[in-house]
Amino acid sequence: MTAYILCFILFLVGLYGVITRRNLIKIAISLSVMEFSTFLLFALIGYTDGGVAPIVDPSDPAKVYVDPLPQALVLTAIVIGLATTAMLMATIIRLYRKYGTFDIREIKNLKG
Amino acid sequence: MNPLIPLFVAIPLTGAFLDMILGRFIKGFSRYFTSVVLLALASMSIYSAATTGTDPSVYNVGGWEPVLGIPVGISMVMDGFTVLMLCIINIVGFLSAFYSVSYIKRFTSDNFYYALFCLMTAGMNGVVLSGDIFNIFVFLEISVISAYALVAFGVEKNELEASFKYQVLGSLASFFILFGIALIYWKTKTLNIADIREVLKSGYERPYYIFVELLILSGFGLKAAIIPFHAWLPDAHSSAPSPISAMLSGVLIKAAGIYVIIRLFFNLFETSESMAILITTLGSLSMVIGVFLAIGQWDIKRLLAYHSISQMGYVVLSVGMGMILISRGVKHEIAMLAIAGGLYHLVNHAAFKGLLFLNAGAIEYTLGTRDLREMGGLGKSMPATSATSFVASMSISGIPPFNGFFSKLIIIIAAIMARFYFLAFLAVLVSIITLASFLKFQRYAFYNREEGKGEKGIKEVPFPMVFSMVVMSLLCIMLSLLAFPGIRDAVLAPAAEILTDPAKYSNIVIGF
Repeated sequence: MTAYILCFILFLVGLYGVITRRNLIKIAISLSVMEFSTFLLFALIGYTDGGVAPIVDPSDPAKVYVDPLPQALVLTAIVIGLATTAMLMATIIRLYRKYGTFDIREIKNLKG
Repeated sequence: MNPLIPLFVAIPLTGAFLDMILGRFIKGFSRYFTSVVLLALASMSIYSAATTGTDPSVYNVGGWEPVLGIPVGISMVMDGFTVLMLCIINIVGFLSAFYSVSYIKRFTSDNFYYALFCLMTAGMNGVVLSGDIFNIFVFLEISVISAYALVAFGVEKNELEASFKYQVLGSLASFFILFGIALIYWKTKTLNIADIREVLKSGYERPYYIFVELLILSGFGLKAAIIPFHAWLPDAHSSAPSPISAMLSGVLIKAAGIYVIIRLFFNLFETSESMAILITTLGSLSMVIGVFLAIGQWDIKRLLAYHSISQMGYVVLSVGMGMILISRGVKHEIAMLAIAGGLYHLVNHAAFKGLLFLNAGAIEYTLGTRDLREMGGLGKSMPATSATSFVASMSISGIPPFNGFFSKLIIIIAAIMARFYFLAFLAVLVSIITLASFLKFQRYAFYNREEGKGEKGIKEVPFPMVFSMVVMSLLCIMLSLLAFPGIRDAVLAPAAEILTDPAKYSNIVIGF
């Protein structure tokens, strides 16, 4: 149970970072922390105590396997996460070229 | 069994690929090819709408049939609600793509634009077709990542800032959704919506699922810009190129936000009264606050973006009312009416908000400004834009012969019949303020003759733009036919029925 709670705390740490940080890069890092806490939760859900990789062995019916589906989901989600992070970083680089700063307080053209 | 189901995702993906490969060698290829792709999708969706009716069909990806009632593969479901959404997505998509043919000429690298456009359509089609929550997430990400890139397409200061905001809030939403999916999978060990519903029937742990429901609601609420989560919408929708604003406002917030909320809260979770009241409250808050934020705006596209929040409030409100009645187990007829009214307003909003953004784009195309105070007198020099935007403005503010009136009327009648008098009053009030705000738009843009630069040498926009706007305004008028009982029963009733009867949905997908 502790592992799950730590996972959730990691999620909240990322959320805290997104809300309080002023630097664009640090916001991106905080988003990645949130993302990976979710992946960790997926991996934990699929974990079984003493389980082995799910390659079925008919000679040993007593074998315990881990759940393979969350692992497949995490792989998919990592690829999606890569795309979002790359997109975010590209936007940050462009923003830096336009504004000359990473400080979010300086970037406020849009209001109202 | 409808054989077209996988093509709705496959065709636009192929279109995106060909746009990038062939568009590099053949000049102007992607420009026309994208319209052709979207036209094919639009006709396919109309065909599906005509044939589906009350008889939904399921496609199992890779031919993995359910074993003993347990789905082992990914399933794509096409039911009454899905075809409604498919029609909206592909028809508005086709008109926006055709409009882009002349609008997007002033940007460089239009191959990227059309490829991203196709990807966004593929993602949205996937979201509405998917019968599996993790696939909803994957397709959602496909469509919103393309939307992030399209919002930033102008790569100027404002566009980049808006896109950054959208990306941060959109990623937050995605992680909330993913977290919710992980928690659902943990308890039920399945990802298929129908199967989860079957598992949840035996033992529904209230406290655990309330947490999951809140995570899912805030995740998709962020994507749909319901009021406490609306901060990104006015920036993103006003900074994007106009055909993309029409797609984002007309379609994306519905397909990626409202559709999934409605689908999950009716067909996946057990309807609970507390959650239904929460959804109704959020809906009425967005309806009221959105319109008050809109009325002070001078930038046309910002004004329209705030009205999107407000009009989506109507949809969420009426669906929430239906949910309250169903969870109380009373007045099933009125609940059906409220849900059908909400879905009707959703369809109408796609037509008139898409049209309004195309109008705003036409004005920006000729004048180069979006500030209402710098316009005026366009009524004479741009007759088509003026006439179509009049139709759209009257539709959105609920003036009788146009579609917006009928959907708002159904919502208000349902509210009164269900004895939610206060909500009915709010709906009428918001409609009046909407009218005021659009009279301001009409007056400053088209009739305010003394000042502004309306008179001198301004011409009507090119043919593709006029064509899209005229077709949209015809849709606005024709959609009011949906209010008549016979047509309503054929189009809206199947959608409302599949939502209010989750047992039937499960039965279709996994065949109990």
